[in-house]
Amino acid sequence: MNPIPRIAALDLRALSKSFGRPAVDRLDLTIWSGEFYALLGPNGAGKTTTLRMVSGLLRPDAGSIAIFGVDALADPVAAKRMTAWVSDEPMIYDKLTPYEYLEFVAGLWEIDARSAEATARELLDWLGLAPHANERCEGFSRGMRQKVALAGALVHDPRLIILDEPLTGLDAGTARQVKEVLQQRVRDGCTVIMTTHILEVAERMAQRIGVIASGRLVAEGTLEDLRQRAGRGGDTLEDVFLTLVAGSEAA
Amino acid sequence: MSAPGSAAWLAAHEFRLSWREWISMMTANRRRRIPAVLITLLVFFVLLHLPAYLMVGGFASPGKVADKMTLLTVTIALALYVSLMLSQAMESVTRAFYSRADLDLILSSPTSSRRVFAVRIAAIAFSIATMAVLLGGPFINIMILDGGPYWLSGYAVAAALGAGSTGLAVAITVGLFRLLGPRRTRFVAQVVAAVIGAACVIGIQTMAILSYGTLARPGSLISGPMLAMAPPVDSAVWLPARAVMGDLAAAAAVVLTGIVLLGLAILVFSGRFGEHALAAASAPPKVRQRSGLRPFRRRSPASVLRHKEWMLLRRDPWLASQTLTQLLYLLPPALLLSRNFGDVAGSSTMVVLVLVTVAGQLAGGLAWLAISGEDAPELVATAPVTARAARRAKVEAVLGAAAMIFAPLLAVLALASPQAALVAAGGIALATLSSIRIQLWFRSQARRAHFRRRHTSSRVATFAEAFSSFAWAGAAGLAAGGLWHAALAAVFALLILGGAWLVSPRKASP
Repeated sequence: MNPIPRIAALDLRALSKSFGRPAVDRLDLTIWSGEFYALLGPNGAGKTTTLRMVSGLLRPDAGSIAIFGVDALADPVAAKRMTAWVSDEPMIYDKLTPYEYLEFVAGLWEIDARSAEATARELLDWLGLAPHANERCEGFSRGMRQKVALAGALVHDPRLIILDEPLTGLDAGTARQVKEVLQQRVRDGCTVIMTTHILEVAERMAQRIGVIASGRLVAEGTLEDLRQRAGRGGDTLEDVFLTLVAGSEAA
Repeated sequence: MSAPGSAAWLAAHEFRLSWREWISMMTANRRRRIPAVLITLLVFFVLLHLPAYLMVGGFASPGKVADKMTLLTVTIALALYVSLMLSQAMESVTRAFYSRADLDLILSSPTSSRRVFAVRIAAIAFSIATMAVLLGGPFINIMILDGGPYWLSGYAVAAALGAGSTGLAVAITVGLFRLLGPRRTRFVAQVVAAVIGAACVIGIQTMAILSYGTLARPGSLISGPMLAMAPPVDSAVWLPARAVMGDLAAAAAVVLTGIVLLGLAILVFSGRFGEHALAAASAPPKVRQRSGLRPFRRRSPASVLRHKEWMLLRRDPWLASQTLTQLLYLLPPALLLSRNFGDVAGSSTMVVLVLVTVAGQLAGGLAWLAISGEDAPELVATAPVTARAARRAKVEAVLGAAAMIFAPLLAVLALASPQAALVAAGGIALATLSSIRIQLWFRSQARRAHFRRRHTSSRVATFAEAFSSFAWAGAAGLAAGGLWHAALAAVFALLILGGAWLVSPRKASP
């Protein structure tokens, strides 16, 4: 029996961006469809710059970005149609209600009004926002705002979800809800790429982990692969991560 | 060095914070601009002497007698001045109430909060008094040159009026706070401050219209009905005017009144100021619950963007108060038009002039909110909509909002003079488009809440926006009066736009 061919959800080739000094340096990275991928690295390693280029927020200096085979630099609108971006700072409007916000996002992605409405109601229920659906977001806590932003990212049913530190500042309950929602999406076939400083999250949730330092991918694989690479079998991801980053800096 | 926690120590802290905030506002956080900003302000202060000379030159001749006419004129000028100071002070006090910043730190520290807020109110008074002196300075200097050094007392009076205005502003704002509660006071205080700032000018214009049927004769108004109603020359009403004119006893009385007003405000309100400020800063927004969720509507991305902008503009309390205030300036010309309904030539020109000026200024604010003041720029940038299409939708939203505001006013004007309405519509369109263009050329991403600081990103844009509005208003006003000079004003407006484009950072953008 032939193995099912794997589809690249995200394919980066020689991606580079410099802000005076290289932030991302000829980065090659492939993330497969249906994968939960965690991108780790110390502060200033180039994680956020990479994801911002993938999301179309930054133009790379060189290299290519393909999202499900679509050249994101040549046809950004087609690439964006399949993508959702969630940053650590929730991007919502204080004077809109969560329901109005979701209607706005669904409209931007040109989702059929009926199905978008059904998805929106489901998401509001799922994230515990239904009782606040008609309240303006201005009085919401950080956790609630992040949940609204996440609902916005999911309402257009993206194939690739890109999250930059989505759990920053969330309480344990909200963080768990967000993690459950993301895992459910991956089970439904969606691809998730996430940066995080909470290594325990990456350890528990990600199928593959990439470690980036000085704009380059220094290691990649499952937690077991990384342990072997670092030569620290049985250690926690934190130990492995620190060994890999220290090794790349020494090199 | 003063002891930590003492009033002097706290005052030094307040002064340092105010200075840094002012510098950051003036230089848009670019410290190397400080010398240029200070030189520009100095040049501006010197240049202000020219309009001051045109307005008050010759008024303070040597040996000027403090007759009723002189006292009335000076008193009206002072009333205008106080209304501006009071408006500014209310704005500062409201801001102090609603910015949380260091409230938690202050109230959780062992330092007396009464002392902290007494210093804070005094710091506001100091900044308002400084502004009063700087704004009044050129006028006082011209009068010193004309009439002699006894007009120097004007400086003491200006500072005292600034201090007294702050005392009144604290009392009014706290009063509003107690009456309306923390949630509504912010909006109402903004409107009240703006109305107070405009009230004196509008009041005099309205009286001139009611007395003479024209806006152009405030001098006649003062020498006529107002002079007849004025109290005798020995009345205490004239104390501030006498104080400005060098009467030392009157000056001492005015300075003392200013200090007493401020002192009373500090004594009465500083103890509770912290509590009020904390309540204001922590006031939860009103929960606006609607019953049930209405179905999503089918819309194109452009329509969705326009709808979102309109919804946000409609829910923006600053914009509501600003629009209301700017429209207040339409009252005198509207009154003029209604009185001279049969003979509309002169009055409709005035209406056109005011309408176009207001449109240009308002469009600048609307355009900033829609184009630069995007709270979720990354959401829009990551949506499958081209940047050009998103920008276009936002421009359409601004044009639509301007149309919604001005269409009813134009319809009313058309009843009186269809020709004037047509000219006004053209002027409004040009002024609005110019303001939008300038915003597009100079746009810089910011949060909507930073609206007050929008001018800091580019002074050139601010001036270009104001001058193009005035130039288009002039062109429309002259065109409404049937004068060919309208073409000159229009060329001037285009030159302003051309100049703004040349120095703009986005010459290359479509």
